[in-house]
Amino acid sequence: MSKPRVPAVEGLFREADDGTARLLGGRCRACGASYFPKQWSFCRNPTCTGGELDDVELSTRGTLWSFTDNRYAPPAPYPAREPFEPYGVAAVELTEERMIVLGQLARGVSIDELSVGQAMTLVVEPLYETDDEVRTVWKWRPVT
Amino acid sequence: MTARDDVVVLGVGMHPWGKWGRNFAEYGSVAARVALVDAGLAWDDIDYLAAGNTMRNGYPGYVAGSTLAQALGWRGVPVSSSYAACASGAVAIEAARARIQAGRADVALVVGADTAPKGFFGPLPGDRPEDPDWLRFHVLGATNPTYFALYARRRMELYGATPKDFAAVKVKNSKHGLTNEYARYRKVFTEDEIFESPIVADPLRLVDICATSDGAAAVVLASADFAARHGVDKPVRVAAISTVTPTYPNTYLDLPDIATDSAVGAPPPSRSFRDSIAHAAYEEAGVGPEDLSCAEVYDLSTALELDWYENLGLCGEGEAEALLHSGATTIGGRIPVNPSGGLSCFGEAIPAQAIAQVCELVWQLRGQAGDRQVEGASVGLAINQGLFGHGSCVILTR
Repeated sequence: MSKPRVPAVEGLFREADDGTARLLGGRCRACGASYFPKQWSFCRNPTCTGGELDDVELSTRGTLWSFTDNRYAPPAPYPAREPFEPYGVAAVELTEERMIVLGQLARGVSIDELSVGQAMTLVVEPLYETDDEVRTVWKWRPVT
Repeated sequence: MTARDDVVVLGVGMHPWGKWGRNFAEYGSVAARVALVDAGLAWDDIDYLAAGNTMRNGYPGYVAGSTLAQALGWRGVPVSSSYAACASGAVAIEAARARIQAGRADVALVVGADTAPKGFFGPLPGDRPEDPDWLRFHVLGATNPTYFALYARRRMELYGATPKDFAAVKVKNSKHGLTNEYARYRKVFTEDEIFESPIVADPLRLVDICATSDGAAAVVLASADFAARHGVDKPVRVAAISTVTPTYPNTYLDLPDIATDSAVGAPPPSRSFRDSIAHAAYEEAGVGPEDLSCAEVYDLSTALELDWYENLGLCGEGEAEALLHSGATTIGGRIPVNPSGGLSCFGEAIPAQAIAQVCELVWQLRGQAGDRQVEGASVGLAINQGLFGHGSCVILTR
């Protein structure tokens, strides 16, 4: 039997039935600004008279702002696997929310095939495994 | 003592940068004593001690002011201990300046000292999902070089910058710092050697990224009246200190966040955060980029030095590579950048680095910079940015 898939950090995203990632953020009722992670319960726009944030799922599409890769294993608390395999990192500007969100690049996506401005979308992939669970994370991949 | 505006630098001192693993207070005490000698003063003359904290040396590092006061010998001096990541040194200098301006001290000592671990900086230990610094490491493995590489790639995609441009920054700074006795790395790099260095985070290679170092720097600040009473001829004057934070919405990806503010609720500010750091200092000093004799900028990576040229207004957006290749930012050029050799030659000793930048400017403005002297330097600027939204810019004049 396969292990259940659980987000590596609770409350940051959920895996939709179609396997895509839905980032869990906050949105101000008054000014419409979104926050990810939600972090605090209130809007921090100093010109906004609003107050509490609604829990929302952010949009899943954006354009590539920049990208790189990690060729060496990051230090703890990154759960690096042995042997370490380099992986990509992308900064993507969500079109609807007009904010940049970082994510790893999906497995098999080479940074050689990327260019700034291209359309990207969110997927869910394993980050590491415990004895009982597969701990997952959101990742970016190009829209094909 | 009465309130006053003019604050001057009477003394500067450094402990060499390196990697020895000794206690940070040992380095800091050395730098402090060198600065006191340079000022012609004794520890006994100091009314106030401001220190930059270090996060990686336990409790004594969180209370660096009192740790250094104890190391220099308790004598009742009031202290402050500031933390603003890479900007800690400038915040400590500002604390000392404000004390003098308020008329509550005539002369103050500012010290930053660090003992750095090997390899990548990691977050503080513990399982802390609400800490953005923990989060970026856990879910992304986004190290500091990861962010530097994202900025570098952005320059390449937007302005056509190439790894050869980044290498040219390294070559320049390696020549600048070659004979700097306080620098950790004193070796001239060639482009070929740089391209043999392994890629850490594409497009940045190991030698494009600044190392982490042990080191310490100190300055002695005083009121202009105190300097005049002690017969100091033409002291270097602190013309501005900017310690601004970002303006909402900050839509540029800054460490350690995994997302920016959203531009939906309010329009992005007219100036980017980094632009605003320099702007506030220019406003206070009443000078502009055209007035600068030299600048020390925070070259955490070679590519980031190019970003700073534009943030400082030394050239327009996307023109930094051309400015670099024109020779303007090399010693002997119109506006030498990082005459000390920069972080490229030093590696970063976090709470000491912004103070070290000021030490270099003081030597330049006094004409004491030896082989790396910028001819006739009269206005110097040092700029840096600390993670979690800390700006730092100091302008000195003479």
